[in-house]
Amino acid sequence: MEAIDLRRDFRSRSGVRRTSRTVEAVKGVSFAIEPGELFGLLGPNGAGKTTTIKMLITLLLPTSGTARVLGRDVVDDVREVRRRIGYVFGGDRGLYERLSGLDNLRYFSELYGVAPRDQRRRIAELLELVGLTGRERERVEGYSRGMRQRLHIARGLLHDPEVLFLDEPSIGIDPVGARELRATIGALRDQGKTVLLTTHYMFEADELCDRIAVIRAGEIVASGTPAELKRRVSGARVVEVETFGVSDEAVAGLRELSGVESVVVEERDQSRMLIIRCAPDAEVTQPVLARLEGTGVGRVSTREPTLEDAYVELVSGE
Amino acid sequence: MTAALRQLAVCYRLQLRALSTSWFDGPLAIFFPLMFATAALLVYRIHGDEAAMQYAGLGAAVMGMWTCQGVVASSLLQRERWAGTLELVVVAPVSLARVLIPMTSAMATIGIYCVVVTVLWERWVFDLPLQVESWPWFVVSLLMAAATLSLFGYFLSVTVVRYRSSWSLGAALEYPGWLLCGFLVPVDLLPDWLHPLSWAIPTTWAMAAVREAAAGTSPVRDLGVCLVIGVAYAVLAAWLGRRLLESARRHATLALT
Repeated sequence: MEAIDLRRDFRSRSGVRRTSRTVEAVKGVSFAIEPGELFGLLGPNGAGKTTTIKMLITLLLPTSGTARVLGRDVVDDVREVRRRIGYVFGGDRGLYERLSGLDNLRYFSELYGVAPRDQRRRIAELLELVGLTGRERERVEGYSRGMRQRLHIARGLLHDPEVLFLDEPSIGIDPVGARELRATIGALRDQGKTVLLTTHYMFEADELCDRIAVIRAGEIVASGTPAELKRRVSGARVVEVETFGVSDEAVAGLRELSGVESVVVEERDQSRMLIIRCAPDAEVTQPVLARLEGTGVGRVSTREPTLEDAYVELVSGE
Repeated sequence: MTAALRQLAVCYRLQLRALSTSWFDGPLAIFFPLMFATAALLVYRIHGDEAAMQYAGLGAAVMGMWTCQGVVASSLLQRERWAGTLELVVVAPVSLARVLIPMTSAMATIGIYCVVVTVLWERWVFDLPLQVESWPWFVVSLLMAAATLSLFGYFLSVTVVRYRSSWSLGAALEYPGWLLCGFLVPVDLLPDWLHPLSWAIPTTWAMAAVREAAAGTSPVRDLGVCLVIGVAYAVLAAWLGRRLLESARRHATLALT
């Protein structure tokens, strides 16, 4: 699968005079995914992950650029692409609530052309894979979010697609459900499926993906294996300072301190957490606290940088 | 061919199951049509004209089918959109026709249920047994009404695939449809300029066929015209469906919620 300089604009009209505005959602994204690879597309909300996926699964036409899935063009060979791919998205929707899990799978089996003689066996296998055996005759409206998500995955695999697109599949699932889901996705990788996974959970990508591309504001800003991305921040140190009511001017002042490489602000319930990445030998804790004089300061700690720091740094443009 | 027929049959059965397990879309779908039929028969009963009551009784029965199916079909894809299944059925490697026709056929089945319940209601509440000279043609005419209404519903649902407020089109069609299809008032009484509109709706011809069958005259001509118009809508819908889905891909309107 490959995307070459893929772009997608959206035009919207607003106001009494119906003023037209064009938003560039994807700005020239290029990547290639090898057969059997689990490729992660990471980015914050609105970065262009879902738009990219929708172009690849033929739901959206690119404004420009080309994309091929299993050698077939996503604009010209629509039906052939659709036959060979599976698409799963996160959240509660995408299932017929009043039907049982089994009936949902029967319904989509017919739409995706699963041969009648194979349906029973295939559905049983998939229910087993996603851990829903025994619950398949219950109506979906009674399923938990995690069960729905696993049913989604089973639905996406009904026709045994060669390529699977997973668009934020773990969104809104509790930690136990998310762990089960990651195990299911890992099993798909072990079966040799090519998977494109979008997520904004760094640990998920770290655990599952062979390679990762980080997308920000419609552009890929970094790509590589999880280890390569981690190396971008290796050798540095991170100081975390919990603050109450810190101003943007004070944060800007911290960035000017010697030894400070980046400052990221995380909004918490009552506080703002400053995540300050600094050079390996730099001692920045005292200068930082001095600059924050007059601001409420809570917990201060020092730690080694994680992959999440690399991600946050990439997507926040620091 | 066999695979396509099987797919249509299985999807129809599952869609009907989904509809009939909901009290509002299934058993209670009769509620509004029954109230409208009651109101109509109360008005007609004032003059004590037996022939007029028969006319209204037949029309009120088929009117329920129009209300609970033709109108709902225009918001069919909107339901799919709300459920989040629209993108999934569009991205399936079958044509949209093979997704939608089982849905509208399931609705047509609910429509037939409405006809049966309305006929029973008329008999029990208004002591109005339907006088039908040819039951076989009567049944064929009702089935034709349901089948062509499902094709017309397919056309309506496709036409509004790009628009979020499609349900308002259905609401706008409901009452004009009562007049245009000749359920309670003969089409001949409408202004001449409205006649082409009436003739363009397959249900007008199906209603005429139902009346012919009840009167004991041949409904074949009306059934033929009804079928041709219904199929024409299906062909038009298939063509429009391809165009509109292409447009939806270009304008990114499939995921609107």
